[in-house]
Amino acid sequence: MAPVRRRRKKIEDPGRPVIEIGDGAAIPTKKDAGLFNAWRIAFFGSLAVVVCLIVFKPDPYLRIFAFVPDGIWVTFKVTVGSIFLALIIGLFTGLGRLSTQKIISGIASLYVEVIRGIPLLVQLFYIYFALGRIVQLPAMTSAIIAMAICYGAYMGEIFRAGIQSIPKGQMEAARSLGMNKSQAMAQVILPQAVKVILPPIGNEFVALLKDSSLVSILAVADLLRRGREFAAETFTYFETYTAVALVYLIITLFFSKLISRMEERISANR
Amino acid sequence: MPTDERRKMVEMKGVVKYFGRLKALNQVSLDVNDGEKVVIIGPSGSGKSTLLRSINRLEEIDGGRIFVDGIDIYDPAVNINKVREEVGMVFQSFNVFPHKTVMQNLTLAQIVVRKRSKGEATERAMRLLRKVGITEKSDAYPNQLSGGQQQRVAIARSLAMDPKIMLFDEPTSALDPEMIGEVLDVMKTLAREGMTMVVVTHEMGFAREVADRIIFMDNGAILEQGTPEHFFTNPSQERTKLFLSQIL
Repeated sequence: MAPVRRRRKKIEDPGRPVIEIGDGAAIPTKKDAGLFNAWRIAFFGSLAVVVCLIVFKPDPYLRIFAFVPDGIWVTFKVTVGSIFLALIIGLFTGLGRLSTQKIISGIASLYVEVIRGIPLLVQLFYIYFALGRIVQLPAMTSAIIAMAICYGAYMGEIFRAGIQSIPKGQMEAARSLGMNKSQAMAQVILPQAVKVILPPIGNEFVALLKDSSLVSILAVADLLRRGREFAAETFTYFETYTAVALVYLIITLFFSKLISRMEERISANR
Repeated sequence: MPTDERRKMVEMKGVVKYFGRLKALNQVSLDVNDGEKVVIIGPSGSGKSTLLRSINRLEEIDGGRIFVDGIDIYDPAVNINKVREEVGMVFQSFNVFPHKTVMQNLTLAQIVVRKRSKGEATERAMRLLRKVGITEKSDAYPNQLSGGQQQRVAIARSLAMDPKIMLFDEPTSALDPEMIGEVLDVMKTLAREGMTMVVVTHEMGFAREVADRIIFMDNGAILEQGTPEHFFTNPSQERTKLFLSQIL
């Protein structure tokens, strides 16, 4: 089994630079002028391309852009539903990983290690069909649960790291005032940890948004699947997937920006 | 009131504590009476902080027993949170809550733990802020305060719980020199008011002025204890003399 026992903070060794590149969209910050401009070009560029395609080549693009919005709505529901569930799972997983009770931390660690070791697509199939054997749920619900279980593991690691990043003295001070563990966690540690974990959670949100396209193989009529349906009927594969890619790009860029704005406001409010 | 009839607020009996193979506390026994001010001194690594932190069970001990106001705090049946409500603790690194205003720092535990109303908690907090001299900063966040102010907030936060005993773990060691005085003044006021205090410090002036008893620790054991006069004029142990000569 991979090292499950407590991993020390990586900050401790100042000699070795630490780089962290998530698989979410790069979130533009004001200071990062190059990226900021790249964001503008990509976002407004793709909007312009969409408009041009509709205006100058309404057949098939107007029909495509009329057909896929149902799918956008489904993609949105899957993403928001999964992220909410994943946050709840992640909170408990993170707390579980830090539990002093060996059984609880063992279960939480096992969950994280297993999930992280299996490709998302395989997990989706597995959980979807495993769930299908026990209960008969609508495809969308199963897909949301499956995505949440997958992403819950990653969220758990984010929560764990966020909680561990708060100095030990904060917990000691809270406990010294007579608070029990849960009171100290809820009143003192988590409110501080939220500010630390918000950026990585934003990244996860965008990553999940993109990965939600995988649920299209589970008979969920999301953006990608709507595109596939349209393409299969009209044989306009190139045009349809161009449109689908543009829509994903616009949505992803939009949320990256929104999240970086939120972060700015939070760090401004300290 | 004769000293020997005073209530024992802290009673440590043969306390042993290991950090791995290192013996941090070696059969330490210590009583602190109600209203007594005990100052613990000694070189770093001598176990002073560990001793202090074991009094409200921030450290688990490996042997011996500790009673706080007659309660065996390492008895599994004892609710340690109840004990901690009565024991205030001030840290070297302040540990004020950075996401709360000064006022909220003082009211949080009152409301959550003592179940006081917000109005009652605020009123008490205001009184304590006046006492430590930072009323005008009640709506500020800790990062807008100097170290000395933060430490005074931390002291007020502990006092808001109406503790029966206050523990200070090197409260001025992280402060710039010009801020040490303001914190020590607050502690002296507390001492005059009769608070039971156990203070780990390197401030010998404070020890001389405030302490009823000074304890010298080395290698996890209490090597010598006595009144400030005894300590600063005529210590009996060679190790104590050496330490004092280095620090004074």
